[in-house]
Amino acid sequence: MSADVAVLGAGMHPWGKWGRDFVEYGLAAARAALRDAGLAWTDIQFVAGADTIRSGYPGFVAGATFAQALGWSGARVSSCYAACASGAQAMNIARAQILAGLADVALVVGAEAAPKGFFTPVGGDRPDDPDWLRFRLLGATNPIYFALYARRRMALHGATRDDFAAVKIKNARHGLHNPNARYRKEVTAADVAASPVVADPLRLLDICATSDGGAAVVLSSLDFARRNGAGTPVRIPAISTVTPTFPNTVLEMPNFATDSSVAVEPPARPFRAAIAAAAYEEAGLGPEDLSLAEVYDLSTALELDWYEDIGLCEPGEAERLLRDGVTSLGGRVPVNPSGGLASFGEAIPAQAIAQVCELTWQLRGQAGERQVMGARAGIAVNQGLFGHGSAIIAVT
Amino acid sequence: MPERRPRNASDPASAQVTGEASGAGDGGTVSPARVVDGWFTVDPPRLIGTRCTACGTVCFPPQTLTCRNPACENDELVEERLSNRGRIWSYADARYRPPPPYVSGEEFEPYAVAAVELPSERLVVLGQVVRGVGVDDLHVGMEVELVVEHLDPGHVVWKWRPLAGEGGAPPAGAGPGRSDHRQDGA
Repeated sequence: MSADVAVLGAGMHPWGKWGRDFVEYGLAAARAALRDAGLAWTDIQFVAGADTIRSGYPGFVAGATFAQALGWSGARVSSCYAACASGAQAMNIARAQILAGLADVALVVGAEAAPKGFFTPVGGDRPDDPDWLRFRLLGATNPIYFALYARRRMALHGATRDDFAAVKIKNARHGLHNPNARYRKEVTAADVAASPVVADPLRLLDICATSDGGAAVVLSSLDFARRNGAGTPVRIPAISTVTPTFPNTVLEMPNFATDSSVAVEPPARPFRAAIAAAAYEEAGLGPEDLSLAEVYDLSTALELDWYEDIGLCEPGEAERLLRDGVTSLGGRVPVNPSGGLASFGEAIPAQAIAQVCELTWQLRGQAGERQVMGARAGIAVNQGLFGHGSAIIAVT
Repeated sequence: MPERRPRNASDPASAQVTGEASGAGDGGTVSPARVVDGWFTVDPPRLIGTRCTACGTVCFPPQTLTCRNPACENDELVEERLSNRGRIWSYADARYRPPPPYVSGEEFEPYAVAAVELPSERLVVLGQVVRGVGVDDLHVGMEVELVVEHLDPGHVVWKWRPLAGEGGAPPAGAGPGRSDHRQDGA
């Protein structure tokens, strides 16, 4: 039995700040994915929603919310929240249903209506919630953590602000021709330098925005795909959603401290690298097999960390890879051909699904002017609060 | 059944955030309240963590349930004062007013934040850097010490201060001090 599932359909609602309800974005994405799959909503046996915590109860039961919006059909349902990995976990739940033989075809949907400004903790006095406490005690916003990683990279590997700007310039160029991207405009080094410092060393244009958006995929068994005339569909051989291994010695949101390594030595692979390694192992391939990668560039500097975490190069070599054009469209392994978070902004529960939409279009050769030529395999990775992260591999 | 809080805890309520300025202080005189109880002492300024009596794993903030080492099932955690000196692992600053529950006045005052490695505990702890010290005064590897300083008019919190002789130049102005925070920083 194959451990692969097929991606029959991919669909998105464009990212932006539209000011409408998240259900509308999810519905549009779901319909686009169903159209792309050539299926009707009533063909779907299982619907998996990726939750948003910013839209009240309907957001906490996103699977049912989208199912009701599409019209109750009797499909089985799940909803899950996993911070930035919510979409990946929803896809993994759908995949498990399919691989277990409990469902032949599933719809996965995530959507977000993001507030303006910094992400904030859930409201009210919540003194037992580390996410609330980090704001109350330290004013430690997400960009503060991104800036800590960026500075660490500068100190450890000699990264410069120019390197960070070069990531933005690259991703902006990639996103130019993506109809679903929020920002479709060239960015120059002068633009980055002219943007205000938010959390030194990071400027506004180094940090991803928060966006509205919706993304959906239709997943199925390979048998179902064949029966429905999809001869050689894009396949997903791996979804990794591993947790960190103790002691996690990299400071992570929303924590005040790392684990201590007095009793146990740190694991050979730090968390982000472990997320990717588990996916490679599951898929039976390695970084040398990749045609492209979609990585979670919450900041420009973090994209460079990801190059090393997914094994594109050794630690400390990411800047060289970037400067040599290896990760630009036309290079050996383009990173974020979609334009990445730099061009999209983050719509949390939709983002991991959007990454898989991009992999799907790239592997089908449908990515238009941002097409990676001859794409055969891609990885999509992300990391979020509270020990969440994901790596998904898609192949054709 | 082991007791579900660290032994020797000096505070009546562990890990509770205090309310508005109550005037409750450590030394009997009226002083601002600690912004969180059970995480640090004021005099001397020390962070309070916990240590597992079986494997020795240290945790900050203090844990009340069980050891975080997955190979250790011990529930007996004792309170431990952490080292008051360490070296900067990384640092950053905030140029924009963070959203609530951070408390800031009419004039937002930018602040630096440092992640500091405590060598004997082998962990990294975050904290704001004392007022008047900005990112231009800091570098990775710099030795710093723990102090207690005002967080907002009603509360004190732990902060990091560069040690004398560590190149802590006079306050260089921590930034433009903008009070608008309309940007979309995720």
